[in-house]
Amino acid sequence: MKAFTRLNGLVCPIDRANVDTDAIIPKQFLKSIKRSGFGPYLFDEWRYADFGEPGMDCTNRPKRPEFALNQARYQGAQVLLARDNFGCGSSREHAPWAIEDYGFRVMIAPSFADIFFSNSYKNAILPIVASAEIVDRLFKECEATEGYKLDVNLEAQTVTTPSGFSFKFDITPHRKHCLLNGLDDIGLTLVHAEQIKAFEAKHKAAQPWLFSV
Amino acid sequence: MAKTLYDKLWDAHVVRQEEDGTCLLYIDRHLMHEVTSPQAFEGLRLAGRKAWRNTSIVAVPDHNTPTNNWDRDIEDPISKTQVDTLDANIKEFGSLIYFPFKHKNQGIIHVIAPENGATLPGMTVVCGDSHTATHGAFGALAHGIGTSEVEHVLATQTLVQKKSKAMLVKIDGKLGAGVTAKDLALAVIGKIGTAGGTGYCIEFAGTAIKSLSMEGRMTVCNLAIEAGARAGIIAADETTFAYLKGREHAPKGEQFDKAVEYWKTLHSDEGAKFDAVVEMKAEEIEPQVTWGTSPEQVLAVGGRVPNPANEADAVKRAGIERALQYMGLQADMPITDITIDKVFIGSCTNSRIEDMRAAAAVAKGKKVAANVKLALVVPGSGIVKRQAEEEGLDKIFIEAGFEWREPGCSMCLAMNADRLSPGERCASTSNRNFEGRQGPGGRTHLVSPEMAAAAAIAGHFVDIRLA
Repeated sequence: MKAFTRLNGLVCPIDRANVDTDAIIPKQFLKSIKRSGFGPYLFDEWRYADFGEPGMDCTNRPKRPEFALNQARYQGAQVLLARDNFGCGSSREHAPWAIEDYGFRVMIAPSFADIFFSNSYKNAILPIVASAEIVDRLFKECEATEGYKLDVNLEAQTVTTPSGFSFKFDITPHRKHCLLNGLDDIGLTLVHAEQIKAFEAKHKAAQPWLFSV
Repeated sequence: MAKTLYDKLWDAHVVRQEEDGTCLLYIDRHLMHEVTSPQAFEGLRLAGRKAWRNTSIVAVPDHNTPTNNWDRDIEDPISKTQVDTLDANIKEFGSLIYFPFKHKNQGIIHVIAPENGATLPGMTVVCGDSHTATHGAFGALAHGIGTSEVEHVLATQTLVQKKSKAMLVKIDGKLGAGVTAKDLALAVIGKIGTAGGTGYCIEFAGTAIKSLSMEGRMTVCNLAIEAGARAGIIAADETTFAYLKGREHAPKGEQFDKAVEYWKTLHSDEGAKFDAVVEMKAEEIEPQVTWGTSPEQVLAVGGRVPNPANEADAVKRAGIERALQYMGLQADMPITDITIDKVFIGSCTNSRIEDMRAAAAVAKGKKVAANVKLALVVPGSGIVKRQAEEEGLDKIFIEAGFEWREPGCSMCLAMNADRLSPGERCASTSNRNFEGRQGPGGRTHLVSPEMAAAAAIAGHFVDIRLA
């Protein structure tokens, strides 16, 4: 996994509550057996005027000009600004795969859906929960200022706006450690393989029916 | 100290705990389907790892599989590749149960695991699928995970987790005639919202929950995720034990009795503390119909489509306006004036034998309305299908003008050929009314099997209690 330490990134606003993972990456793209290549289809139905199919070359597809990702001022954005309950619905990890593949590294919203939230960390994306008031302020500033960038510092757990306004965000020490160092969980967990085996033996003795074959 | 059911299930599976509260949680049952597993197996292969305990795996292709013309195999080559990939991965890594495409017991993963006795009380159950919450109906801690976590479970039999908060949803009383587990769950979502359960594990309790069959309980827990909760749970009781007894992978004989003895301890203790409590009266719940593009946009069938002018919150008002536009509905119109183009009875929410019986009882001797282009009935598994056919339900549906299909996820998410065309409106027993969920531009109204069958006959929504 890529490490994440600090980013000064252009912000792109998606101004809707309850954005579900079907909207982030529609189901037809889930037929892929790969982890990569989903970025061009991120928000496919909102972004393009035609029906997207896997493998399609998106460069000449008709775009919906009103959608933020299609606007010149948001090209190259790395920070996705969103509303409540972002990433609700299906557990598909294709959603963070598409977000990461597009180039986003940070998401800021008043709340995220649980499964999507933990999937994001597994893909070196930092989801930041901020109060509704702060998020509202960021939406307004972003709308008013072309080239609006945020400085995100994971070590200090801060986000700073161009005007110098700064707020702190929460993250568990475990997730912070993994992101800062680009560590994935499996290797870390297997350090405890003996402990897992010991637990398993005890668990099997107590509830043998869980292990019937 | 008094513990919640969630506390008990959690504590029984903690392998180790870090200082910040992050736990390594042991996983008993790993369910799999073809869509969210290929990248996990690939990761395992690239790292040269084996499956830690392949007998924890129950797998089936369900999302991409066609529901008709099985003699033609899977015609979409990309879908076929994904299903073939699951075949190959299970062959390489092993499993307890695998029902390949066209196997007589193939079906939706969340239907086949319980009906084969592979979901048991006290288990931790995961799957790369958000509707894994379904299995909580058995008093199991069950939730959806992403593909990276699928790989983590394959490699280590554990998950890195932080404990959620506990919410109690208590529903006492008796559901009225024509009011089902689906209506109960939609009413809960309408009350607490699609983010109401975010960060929580919901325990459903109360006399109305206890009186539900296992099928009904699965419908309720299945929809916990639509309220934002990863997991929904219902304590196991005599209904659960009776359902499990004799199922293929459930314990047998003395071991069954020993298991039941343990399972009986899996309930929230008197005085256990919940972080949130929601109480509802069953008598106040009416048949529900969603009108918008989020499951929380739901109303009693006697209601009227909301008017955005009455909403004070700007983000919510914009959401209502957008939903009305997408759904092609007028503010203030009665729900029962909404006419439909298609009907879908199926999905991991409502495709079990009880759902088939309920829909057939409404359809019996009637005809699908002329304006309804397609009314699909898709049983949840081969076992459900055969049982329904033994009871003659297939004939009732076919005579009424419904199509009786092969099992699979089908038009719940339209990854196979079963889908809505742009602008088409569907009465659906599935779980999500998101934009494009049942096909690009398609319009979904979530209802119970009874309400879906009644809408098929009338051509528009009707109050099943008056039908």
